Amino acid sequence: MSGIVIDAVDKSFGRTEVLRQVSLSIEPGEFVAVLGASGCGKTTLLRCLAGFEPVNAGRIDIGGETVSAPGRHLPPEERGIGVVFQNYALWPHMSVVQNVAYGLRIAGVPKPEREARVARVLEMVELGALASRRPADLSGGQRQRVALARCLAMESRVVLLDEPLANLDVHLRGALEEEFAAFHARSGATMFYITHDQAEALALADRVAVMDRGRILQFDRPEALFRQPASETVAGFIGEGRVVPAHDIRPDGTGRAQAIVLGQPALLRCAPDEKPRAQAMISVQPADLALLPDPAPAAIPAHVTRATFRGAYLRAEVMAGQAAPVALSLNIAAPASLCRGQRISLALRDGWVIPDPAALSSSQPARTDR
Amino acid sequence: MLLALFVGVLSIAPLARLVSAALLPQGSFDAARIGDLLGGRRVVEATLNTLWIATASTLLAIVIGTLAALLAGLTDMRRRTLWVFGFVLPLMIPPQVTALAWVQAFSPASPLLGPLGLSLPPGTRHPLYSMGGIILLLGLYNAPLVFLSVRASLHRLPASLLEAARANGARPLQITRDIVLPLVRGGIFAGAALAFVSSIGNFGIQAMLGIPARVSTLITLIYRQLNTYGPSALNDMALLALLLAGLTVAGMALTGWLGRRGDQRVDGAQRAPRMALGRWRRPVAALAWAYLALCLVLPLTALLGTALVRGVGQPLGADTITFENFANALFHHEGIRQAFFTSLWLTTLCVAVLIPVSVALGYVLVWRHGWVARGLRLASELAYALPGIIIGVAMILFFLRPLPFLGTGLYGTVWVILAAYLSNYLALALRPILGGFAQLDRGLDEAAQLTGAGIFARLRDIVLPGLAPAAMASGILVFMTAINEIQTSVLLVSSRAQTIGPMIIFLEEAGSTTLAAAVGCLMVALVLALMAGSLILGRHLPEGVLPWRD
Ligand SMILES: Nc1ncnc2c1ncn2[C@@H]1O[C@H](COP(=O)(O)OP(=O)(O)OP(=O)(O)O)[C@@H](O)[C@H]1O
Ligand SMILES: [Mg+2]
Repeated sequence: MSGIVIDAVDKSFGRTEVLRQVSLSIEPGEFVAVLGASGCGKTTLLRCLAGFEPVNAGRIDIGGETVSAPGRHLPPEERGIGVVFQNYALWPHMSVVQNVAYGLRIAGVPKPEREARVARVLEMVELGALASRRPADLSGGQRQRVALARCLAMESRVVLLDEPLANLDVHLRGALEEEFAAFHARSGATMFYITHDQAEALALADRVAVMDRGRILQFDRPEALFRQPASETVAGFIGEGRVVPAHDIRPDGTGRAQAIVLGQPALLRCAPDEKPRAQAMISVQPADLALLPDPAPAAIPAHVTRATFRGAYLRAEVMAGQAAPVALSLNIAAPASLCRGQRISLALRDGWVIPDPAALSSSQPARTDR
Repeated sequence: MLLALFVGVLSIAPLARLVSAALLPQGSFDAARIGDLLGGRRVVEATLNTLWIATASTLLAIVIGTLAALLAGLTDMRRRTLWVFGFVLPLMIPPQVTALAWVQAFSPASPLLGPLGLSLPPGTRHPLYSMGGIILLLGLYNAPLVFLSVRASLHRLPASLLEAARANGARPLQITRDIVLPLVRGGIFAGAALAFVSSIGNFGIQAMLGIPARVSTLITLIYRQLNTYGPSALNDMALLALLLAGLTVAGMALTGWLGRRGDQRVDGAQRAPRMALGRWRRPVAALAWAYLALCLVLPLTALLGTALVRGVGQPLGADTITFENFANALFHHEGIRQAFFTSLWLTTLCVAVLIPVSVALGYVLVWRHGWVARGLRLASELAYALPGIIIGVAMILFFLRPLPFLGTGLYGTVWVILAAYLSNYLALALRPILGGFAQLDRGLDEAAQLTGAGIFARLRDIVLPGLAPAAMASGILVFMTAINEIQTSVLLVSSRAQTIGPMIIFLEEAGSTTLAAAVGCLMVALVLALMAGSLILGRHLPEGVLPWRD
């Protein structure tokens, strides 16, 4: 089948290490997004998968066959993968039809079948009318659709996409996002989708791999990334999460814990095997905070540093806590007015105890998916 | 203003004079004379020969140059840098030397093939003294032009286009056929245009091989016309030169048009990855190096072999080896020594004039716009593209009559040659400098302008420091081209003013082949020394100005 196993892959260019001990195990037909800041090695990982770059150490299996390992390198044309490039990479001297049909021609598919297949995929991406145009005469969105059709026509079991929407405007992105989802549903192909836009990743993917400086920090379902970040970096990166210190963590062994946050007791979520600790960092999203009708007992005092109108709600940036104030943000339902400097009371309704990095570093952080 | 005058006097006026001498010999248009001359059997034959030679040799150059560019630009062949140097080197060797070297290499008395038992039986006609020989040598000589142009296109090819094809299952040869070749088409045709123009105007090879073989071409016809006397000789020559210019421009226009149709502008920041040759690496590399051995090493060794014996045909051995020819060329032969020094100072002066002019002209062309700028540029490009011999004819006509203020004519003096050089090489000097200007930030100059610096202060303090590498590259190119130049000066040299370039032809015509070979060897040595020197300086030069650097 078309699952992908990436096992402890290292890749360096000269002396710069770009990928370090990257491991991912992707199920057949899964839609995986790779999310990370610019320059963290996403494209390099994709190019290793596609076979454009050899790996220095580790192993890549596609569909059960080892395609990359030190001393073994299956060239890209024999891997049977589809690639959608950020800049589309359409051949400018060929028309839309010729672009889409090229791979089939190379594969020796007889002409009648080839034409039928090309016509069908062009219909799917709604480009039937533009079939004889040159890429230069298409808009960006149309070009990306042609690139997609080129992949579809090959019926590849594995499709790699490198920031396919990065060059497009917001409206087109929405439309094409749906197109990708439909493409995935229709083809059942394993998709490996690179992006630096987390909304895109969280919306499209079955699982998301968060990358930072050549390492995979966490590989998990979107809601798990959001609700149970494995490290401070992931917690700060996903959503609008803030990382806040907490004391006196007392887990109950079922995934709940009592703790003191900003001087007040709070009930938090934690890993079932979490141990009692004196100190921990917790991840807080804006929705975890609530504004209390002041003054209430056991409330966290705060003052507003900035309030912005966001349509359906009011976004407040606050400094909370007395001893060492922490910056937090929260959303307040629409009919509300806050002004700068105003003193308010907050309650922490939820939060996630980030697992102890000292305990984690002994095992491999990148293997959380196993 | 001064600049416009410079270009005007050196490029436009002589060409205008050429046109008027050709078409209006006595101040009136005489269609019958033109018809008679151009319809004559000799001229028609020479024209057809010229066209056939230029076309066939261009095709040869396209095939070889494109293959070489693909090899050097897309594969992982080892030692590419050295190979590219060797492949581009023949372009820098004066064509008359190339021709002499090839003739020596394949003559029945070849000093190289003889000992190997490969040489032709004595008494057979030399295979290179033929139409085919001219085509072969011109094709090989111009292949680097196509190579450079195609390689430049390859460098602009986005990597992802090739990777997309691989992901679609295409193998390297299929990618080359379906993706690479269609996309570098523009480069191939641009190179073909250069090769065509260069073939048409290549006097060295056409004269060295064509005159003994009695294959008449336009350029040799013009050359021989100079030696016939008669009332209309000069005007006839002008007309032939105009015909040659017409063919050149037509060829350029045709290839330009062919190349533009369906031209694909692609531009990629990322270099395409090299394709692995795999198990073909050894055979391909062997073939590539064998090509260099056959087309570069063999002729040059033969040339050296001939230069080291006393008479042509003598076997080279411990008892026959002699350095007499080199000693003669360097110290004893008065004519050669003088010609060499004339060439040297003419070239130096030419560089010294052209570089400042080009810098000033570049400033105007790049940072000012308008029709004057465009006109100047076009005129200089035209003077460069036209075969040098046409400039030679134009200069003869222009300077034949006494100059208005000096009272004497310059004809027959070195100054005409200098004028011809200046006119011919302005565009060559200008190109790297324009490239240099394009890399300079206009804002720097404007910022200096705001502080109140005048144009000369700005040129000196702001522009020149940034432009120095480009100016240096341009100086090297002009120097290397002009020092061994033949096309222009072959018509302009006289007993009072000799240059080194045509010397080989004169020596060969006079039967001193071994001496000619020695002079040829010295010229090649000079070229190699200059190229090596420029490579050492090369680190400071902008990328792409030195064609022999990979
Ligand atoms: N061919 C190469 N040679 C040397 N270094 C390279 C090469 N390709 C990439 N790098 C380096 O590897 C690092 C990761 O590059 P990569 O393109 O994988 O990042 P990325 O995560 O895709 O970034 P972006 O989001 O900007 O596309 C960068 O620091 C880059 O400079
Ligand atoms: Mg990238």
